[in-house]
Amino acid sequence: MPDLKINFCGIEFKNPVFTASGTYGFGREFNALYPISLLGGISCKGTTLAPREGNPPPRIAETPSGILNSVGLQNPGVEHFINEDLPWLLEQKTGIIVNIAGSTVEEYCEMAERLSETAVDIIELNISCPNVKHGGAAFGTSCASVTEITGEVKKHCTKPLMVKLSPNVTSIADIAKSAEAAGADALSLINTIMAMRIDIETRRPILKNNKGGLSGPAVLPVAIRMVNEVANAVNLPIMGMGGISDWRDALEMLLAGASAVQVGTILFNDPLAPIKIIDGLNRYLKSHGIARVSELTGAVQLW
Amino acid sequence: MKYTIEEAKLLKKEQLAKGIFRFTVFSPAVASVAKAGQFANISVAGKILRRPISICELDPQFGRIRFVFEVRGDGTAILSQAVEGDIIDLIAPLGHGFDLGDPSLQAVFVGGGIGVPPLLEAAKSYGRNASVYLGFRSEEAMILVRDFAVRGAAVRIATDDGSLGYHGFVTDLLKEKLQNDHVDIIYACGPRPMLKLIAAMAREQGVACQVSLEERMGCGIGACLVCACPILKDGVPTYRHVCKEGPVFNAEEVVWDA
Ligand SMILES: Cc1cc2nc3c(=O)[nH]c(=O)nc-3n(C[C@H](O)[C@H](O)[C@H](O)COP(=O)(O)OP(=O)(O)OC[C@H]3O[C@@H](n4cnc5c(N)ncnc54)[C@H](O)[C@@H]3O)c2cc1C
Ligand SMILES: Cc1cc2nc3c(=O)[nH]c(=O)nc-3n(C[C@H](O)[C@H](O)[C@H](O)COP(=O)(O)O)c2cc1C
Ligand code: FES
Repeated sequence: MPDLKINFCGIEFKNPVFTASGTYGFGREFNALYPISLLGGISCKGTTLAPREGNPPPRIAETPSGILNSVGLQNPGVEHFINEDLPWLLEQKTGIIVNIAGSTVEEYCEMAERLSETAVDIIELNISCPNVKHGGAAFGTSCASVTEITGEVKKHCTKPLMVKLSPNVTSIADIAKSAEAAGADALSLINTIMAMRIDIETRRPILKNNKGGLSGPAVLPVAIRMVNEVANAVNLPIMGMGGISDWRDALEMLLAGASAVQVGTILFNDPLAPIKIIDGLNRYLKSHGIARVSELTGAVQLW
Repeated sequence: MKYTIEEAKLLKKEQLAKGIFRFTVFSPAVASVAKAGQFANISVAGKILRRPISICELDPQFGRIRFVFEVRGDGTAILSQAVEGDIIDLIAPLGHGFDLGDPSLQAVFVGGGIGVPPLLEAAKSYGRNASVYLGFRSEEAMILVRDFAVRGAAVRIATDDGSLGYHGFVTDLLKEKLQNDHVDIIYACGPRPMLKLIAAMAREQGVACQVSLEERMGCGIGACLVCACPILKDGVPTYRHVCKEGPVFNAEEVVWDA
């Protein structure tokens, strides 16, 4: 049997397949279809200090091989998460990543401190949400602000801190280096790509928020390129995501430099996708005589 | 939460009107637990997002369910090309359907256009105590009229162009009914302006009213929070999710002018 286990930030996970923040809730709905304990883990819906209502609908538009979303971090707040969702999640025996977002550095710090007291595995710093007016991506698009927020949050965080990067920047490698220098323990990328669609009859954007974030198969090549650039620029473990829909895509992401992957949008089409990806990776390792999945990380040979 | 992913065989495909199809599929796992007003999220080749389509009829004994859908865009066009024997990949039953009262209650069903099919299963449960008002663009667009009448319901038709039945809006028929008869509950599905009007009439008469709403969806199971619609909770508009807490809502709680 090939070994799918990974060690990520000093924590052992069953396999390298996680579900992406915002596409899987806290796992309850999917657990009705299969035990979420089969996953390496889940990244929970972006959580903020206070509950948030999110953006007005429509919040989704279909695009060629992808979707745009503008949910805007609707969530019940960090205390609700800790009291209502976390106890259930802990019983499921799956890896738990909490994705946090805020409008001020202080909010991020407060959440990190609060969550450090709990049994979550990793804190994912979402400084790349394109769908909120204040904070969100604003923190993630300049090296100076990435340095500041990563450094400050790190002071309040005793869990591994994984900084989630935005693709909406000129040089993602530079941003990654800033996060590394400021003390990030890991990086995750990519968040969604800012985009827009217009209804040609009404001449209105389809999304009520006008703009939204592009995700799904359409973004895979962009994500692969960015993960590879970042992997070559820093010495941190990477969770790669963006457009993964099957085990081949996941494998490509690992070869590009990721130690683990997250899958999001494809779940809307096939809720079983992560399970199929785990199976596919297993079969690939077996048929290629590879002992450990971790051997694949960064194994691409650039020309 | 008792939904499944089912590869359901298309047993029968019928065209009910121009661009409107009825699919009867073999889906025993769904048929045995589904309720009137719930929906299925159907995969269409080449599209990431599934298409939500209401369950029109349920036959648990033979493990069959039926949908009726109209071709609107690419996804429904692709779905309409399926042939008998094909596999329809669906996740169902989803959402909170109609709350059905005692069959002895006087129930009124008001459907507009492609909002008609989601009401059929609920209407059947009230037998002769169901009064059904169906509105269509014209006679050509008329669907399911006989199916509603099978269990003894009184069915009246309204068409926009007067080609059949009452010439005018189906809501006029409801108004007349509310003026003349005792009504315990109203169930409605159709275009939003129609639902809004019905909600106002129900409120005025103090009659309970349930409406089935639509919103664009992602996951369809309550995880992604994409399908938000503002619903009053203790009088305050809050986003609820059409796929899980809906698609059927109490008309009084819907924020119509969001
Ligand atoms: C709970 C629910 C039950 C429904 N039941 C029925 C039914 O029984 N019969 C029927 O004919 N139609 C029904 N609809 C509407 C049906 O889902 C849409 O007509 C269909 O999704 C259009 O897809 P398309 O690819 O043809 O159109 P496109 O316009 O190309 O679709 C683009 C995207 O927008 C979404 N979308 C477009 N229109 C709607 C809509 N009205 N509601 C939700 N999403 C939409 C699509 O799903 C897709 O993701 C229902 C919708 C909901 C939410
Ligand atoms: C509906 C939806 C909601 C999302 N919400 C969040 C979120 O709350 N926090 C976050 O960091 N990323 C969020 N994302 C981004 C995803 O986690 C992921 O980075 C992105 O979608 C790319 O992966 P994919 O193509 O596999 O979906 C969301 C994506 C979608 C589609
Ligand atoms: S469509 Fe995902 S929550 Fe309703």
